[in-house]
Amino acid sequence: METKPVHFKNVSREESHGYDRKTLDYIRNAAAHGLYEIRGMGAKRKLPNFDDLVFLGASMSRYPLEGYREKCITKTLLGTRFAKKPIELEIPITIAGMSFGSLSANVKEALGRAATEMGTSTTTGDGGMTQEERQSSKTLVYQCLPSRYGFNPDDVRRADAIEVVIGQGAKPGGGGMLLGQKVSARVASMRTLPAGIDQRSACRHPDWTGPDDLAIKIQELREITDWEKPIYVKVGATRTFHDVKLAVHSGADVIVVDGMQGGTAATQTCFIEHIGIPTLAAVRQAVNALEDLDMIGKVQLVVSGGIRTGADVAKALAMGADAVAIGQGVLVALGCNGETYYQNGALHSAEADYTAIGAAPGFCHHCHTGKCPVGITTQDAILEKRLTPEVGAKHLRNYLKTLNMELTTIARACGKQNVHHLEREDLVALTIEAAAMAGLPLAGTNWIPGQGF
Amino acid sequence: MERLTFDLATTSLRELNTFLHTDAKEGKVEAVTVVNPDGAHNIAVGLDCPVSVEVVGHAGYYAGGMNQSATITITGSAGTGVGENMMSGKVHVKGFASNGAGASAHGGLLVIEGDAGLRCGISLKGGNIVVGGSVGSFSAFMAQAGTMVICGDAGDALGDSLYEAVLYVKGSVKSLGADAQYEPMTDADIATVAGMLDRAGLDHDPKAFKRIASQRSLYHWNADANQEY
Repeated sequence: METKPVHFKNVSREESHGYDRKTLDYIRNAAAHGLYEIRGMGAKRKLPNFDDLVFLGASMSRYPLEGYREKCITKTLLGTRFAKKPIELEIPITIAGMSFGSLSANVKEALGRAATEMGTSTTTGDGGMTQEERQSSKTLVYQCLPSRYGFNPDDVRRADAIEVVIGQGAKPGGGGMLLGQKVSARVASMRTLPAGIDQRSACRHPDWTGPDDLAIKIQELREITDWEKPIYVKVGATRTFHDVKLAVHSGADVIVVDGMQGGTAATQTCFIEHIGIPTLAAVRQAVNALEDLDMIGKVQLVVSGGIRTGADVAKALAMGADAVAIGQGVLVALGCNGETYYQNGALHSAEADYTAIGAAPGFCHHCHTGKCPVGITTQDAILEKRLTPEVGAKHLRNYLKTLNMELTTIARACGKQNVHHLEREDLVALTIEAAAMAGLPLAGTNWIPGQGF
Repeated sequence: MERLTFDLATTSLRELNTFLHTDAKEGKVEAVTVVNPDGAHNIAVGLDCPVSVEVVGHAGYYAGGMNQSATITITGSAGTGVGENMMSGKVHVKGFASNGAGASAHGGLLVIEGDAGLRCGISLKGGNIVVGGSVGSFSAFMAQAGTMVICGDAGDALGDSLYEAVLYVKGSVKSLGADAQYEPMTDADIATVAGMLDRAGLDHDPKAFKRIASQRSLYHWNADANQEY
């Protein structure tokens, strides 16, 4: 029987790894527009994360607590170092800073309501404090950002804590961008800018330039508030070990470390995907810095960036965080990326509106357009009605309750009657990458890559 | 009119500021003199009453920071961020001021009789600044609203990324920043400059000033802007 060489008559479908369709699309877009892409949300690439860790539950050598009934404390104190009035939270899960401007006023109110019901805090963002969020939030953290939009001493005094934002995990070293369609008359007046312009937020603070200056700036905020309010310092995760030490030196009560999975309402994609380190690596570095300075229990650590589940919260705490902050998870709980929205007692399809902005439910990162099909990241008078504070608050409360139940049930399974007693010995890593970044042994071994045998 | 003196050589800064936030606010005193400031940082910050404060000597960082309605005079020079984020009232520096003077001020009047350092009036949000001398580079960077009157010269990149703030300069400008441009002086501009000089107590010919404002070419993000972003 004669054999012939095989000839493929059909078109070759071998995709290049380096020049895959995503990359081709990127290059064509760049060539067509001469502009980098701006988008919302956080890093989409696969990164070592908390899923790569597992807990060693109690067994013979440890004694578990009964899953539902036995007491497990979640109370959390932040700002015990210098502030006269530290923040007392019922749960160690807080709402991350997100601006009015990026979010609608309804959403800000929903966040405040749910957080207040759950006994936790909300945070303002790069656009000042709204009446809605102050009134609805029992505990409100007021951000002091490089742009200083709407920043004023009355709101400093009305706040429960002040967070000096140095950077954000999604864009360390960069400022945000609020495109004109979201700069409504109200947003514009809060930011002292003309309505409708594309607005770039500054990346540097206007009145200080380094940690020694920051120490004086923090002292100023303390003097203005007569030393009552805790001062947080938020850094995007990069050189976290050094940054945390410098923040301690500057006099912070609380340090917020935001990893590269952290979200944004709008920034350059090249920042989101290519600047900063994963949250997992940042937590380890932050805790090492606090241990190095003997500041564990004196300066509190809040971790954010890709915290989605109760297990994520428990793992962050076990690694040494005092609390976590959640942004994107909160938005998803409100309906972000959902197929429908709830209005006038019925569910309505949002698919057509996703199509109109070139997105689809489950893939949307179009916060920057201001045309959020489910009414969250918008200032549009029609779209913002798609999420009422009542409905939003109900879903967010449920989400936070679920996370807290998962957190406590994991803590009990590890034999802890206080979630803050979770410790790094309770964790092992499933991958070598996660083990190295988190400084935890690979499961079944006592090997921590990079730390010898 | 009751005047009280605080000696920072023997009284803590915290005591002074707390007094200004409480007793002074309750109207127990109309004027306060601060002696021996010795360059202390954060003198008279966060005031929110129409008290008059005179600092006899030099102040450190953020003197009169976030001021609301108070009148604060510094007879010497002031450090970084004098009158930063002021909302209303007046901060008057008889000497020189360091970097970031009047940064992000939303209102009120900042007067610096001498020179000001880098980034004077950065992120200005509606405040008014009069500088008797010259200002350093990157002054009025990203200034959003308000007015600056500069009686001397300006350094590099004046008014870079300027929004709606308007700048008036009498002397020479080393260079304008991205998106800033000279515009003709109108009668209204001359009246504005004259009014601000008058309030500052400085004697200059308002007609001798040049007006600088935003070209507004960076207001919308577009491919033709040649990477000025």
